[in-house]
Amino acid sequence: MTGPFDFALALGDDALVAAQRLGEWTSRGPEMEEDVALANIALDQLGAARLLLTYAGELEGAGRDEDALAYLRGDREFRNCLLVELPNGDFAVTMAKLLLLSAYQLPLYAALAGCADERLAAIGAKARKESAYHRDHAALWVRRLGDGTAESHRRMQAAVDQVWPYAHELFAPWPGAPVDPATLRGDFDAYVGPVLAEATLTRPADGWAPAGGRDGLHTEHLSYLLAEMQVLHRAHPGAKW
Amino acid sequence: MAAYALIGGVHLCLVSHVIAVRRPAAMPKRVVSSRKVSSEFYDTLWRPGSQAVTLVVMYGNDFSAPQDASGGGLLGEVEAAEAELREAAARQRGGAAPGPDADLAAYFADVIDADQKIEPRDWMPEAYRRTLIRQIAQHAHSEIIGMQPEGNWISRAPSLKRKAILLAKVQDEAGHGLYLYAAAETLGVSRDELVQLLLDGRQKYSSIFNYPTLSWADVGVIGWLVDGAAIVNQVPLCRCSYGPYARAMIRVCKEESFHQRQGFEILHTLAHGTPGQKAMAQDAVDRWWYPSLAMFGPPDGDSTHSARSMAWKIKRFSNDELRQRFVDMCVQQAEILGLTLPDPDLRWNEQRQAYDFTEPDYAELMRVISGEGPCNRQRMEHRRRAHAEGAWVREAAAAYAAKRAQAKEAVAA
Repeated sequence: MTGPFDFALALGDDALVAAQRLGEWTSRGPEMEEDVALANIALDQLGAARLLLTYAGELEGAGRDEDALAYLRGDREFRNCLLVELPNGDFAVTMAKLLLLSAYQLPLYAALAGCADERLAAIGAKARKESAYHRDHAALWVRRLGDGTAESHRRMQAAVDQVWPYAHELFAPWPGAPVDPATLRGDFDAYVGPVLAEATLTRPADGWAPAGGRDGLHTEHLSYLLAEMQVLHRAHPGAKW
Repeated sequence: MAAYALIGGVHLCLVSHVIAVRRPAAMPKRVVSSRKVSSEFYDTLWRPGSQAVTLVVMYGNDFSAPQDASGGGLLGEVEAAEAELREAAARQRGGAAPGPDADLAAYFADVIDADQKIEPRDWMPEAYRRTLIRQIAQHAHSEIIGMQPEGNWISRAPSLKRKAILLAKVQDEAGHGLYLYAAAETLGVSRDELVQLLLDGRQKYSSIFNYPTLSWADVGVIGWLVDGAAIVNQVPLCRCSYGPYARAMIRVCKEESFHQRQGFEILHTLAHGTPGQKAMAQDAVDRWWYPSLAMFGPPDGDSTHSARSMAWKIKRFSNDELRQRFVDMCVQQAEILGLTLPDPDLRWNEQRQAYDFTEPDYAELMRVISGEGPCNRQRMEHRRRAHAEGAWVREAAAAYAAKRAQAKEAVAA
């Protein structure tokens, strides 16, 4: 992993796969308002993905646009973190995933907004505002569910326990990247810790730390997600949509 | 309860609910296609024969006034209805509100006769209230169930741009559902009650959503034909005698016109694409044409609620009048698309100045309404499952809110 191409690709893939998962909630939310909110967040992630993948394609200089990168790569060529490709689970799992993702994306985009690469800086400046909302939204639900009923508390704790190990990969050192994610772990912990405490949830112990997404080694889930996402595009080679 | 506010010249229903998302960032997002649709399409749709006017299609609450609001066309009618609404609001009603001894029924009749709006505080006949609740709820349910057939293609949309547009569209439908339920709530019924009536199968939704979306082209056809038919049906409702419904419909129609344009554009791209894409588009038109015609309901002679609704100015045109209007609109558009409407008897009738066409199979419409369409069971099961699976979340939100309120009281005490 070197250079801004890999970096833009990794961030773009995070956002794209997150959008794909969030889109699965459409018409399935626990409340109509939540359908609207989840679609909103999916649209934000998709918007960031399009900017990042378009830029990655330009940096690569091989003529690949956002759609070529999204639809014509296999799972071994995707560089997203494992967290985003995990299935949605119940609403608690989705909110736990969103909390971790947004608590990572917000400081990442904020730091990117000040980086030397003008295009990445512009994307970061736009996306950080959206991430701030995603993080608020996720934190609100984690508190509600953690400190709601006994049932919701049980589900929320189980969800946090399930996804917590996948946070580790987000902050793996990436020397030479426009922003080294390892520098963001402090921001993440400073935000997530108090949210879990307010939600009366226990912060899981660190231990098992699955990784590999940035090198194209994914969970079994990603291949299915891509098969569905790419099926129509690949069935009509060269077609315009 | 719903509150109404005048924002930027448009009445918005503000929905308040226990776990409503109120921050502005959660308001429906619009994705504007960067590619402009040819003005040819617009002129055909909204202003036949007028090549000079570029219509600005508006959506959300950040629109500007059209350049020719008085002109013909459906969107012009929406604009006219909106202007009428403002005038009616500004005008004094014949004297003051009725006193305690006034004849309420006569007052109601006066308001209807004078093309004024009935508002939630006004007395109204019980049957008028019931008719409106039934109609608005059915409309709201249709928006919510209608998210399913199109939502079916979000994960497989063939480009990222199309995916974004489709997500935003389905999100708009959730938004329409929300403000229609809010309009119904002004009639003294709660959203929860209405949702329960839907889940119990005691209230209906538009039968068109009981057909499956089998290909990507179906997403285009739903935009072009189904949203097109909905607009033709709904534009007259912008002048409905019940104020909150009329105001909700003005906003819905503006957004629907945007959706219809997007659907047309999907089909236009397919029809001018590869042979496989064109075949996909034609197949979708073949499957959706007659069900779309059936959206206007049974022929006038068989329509049960029509006459009274016309007298109350809830309804302004008959089913058959609206169906004819829709056919006449679609023929020109199909020509631009280069797609064939599957009706060998479709031809211009010089005498009637309208197209003759084959009626849809109304027996099929009745079967689908009664539950025997291809997807009735699937749509209802999906809705029931989402509702049931969300129950613990809603309970948690309520419990959390109650705890917060208690904590506040404890601090105050």
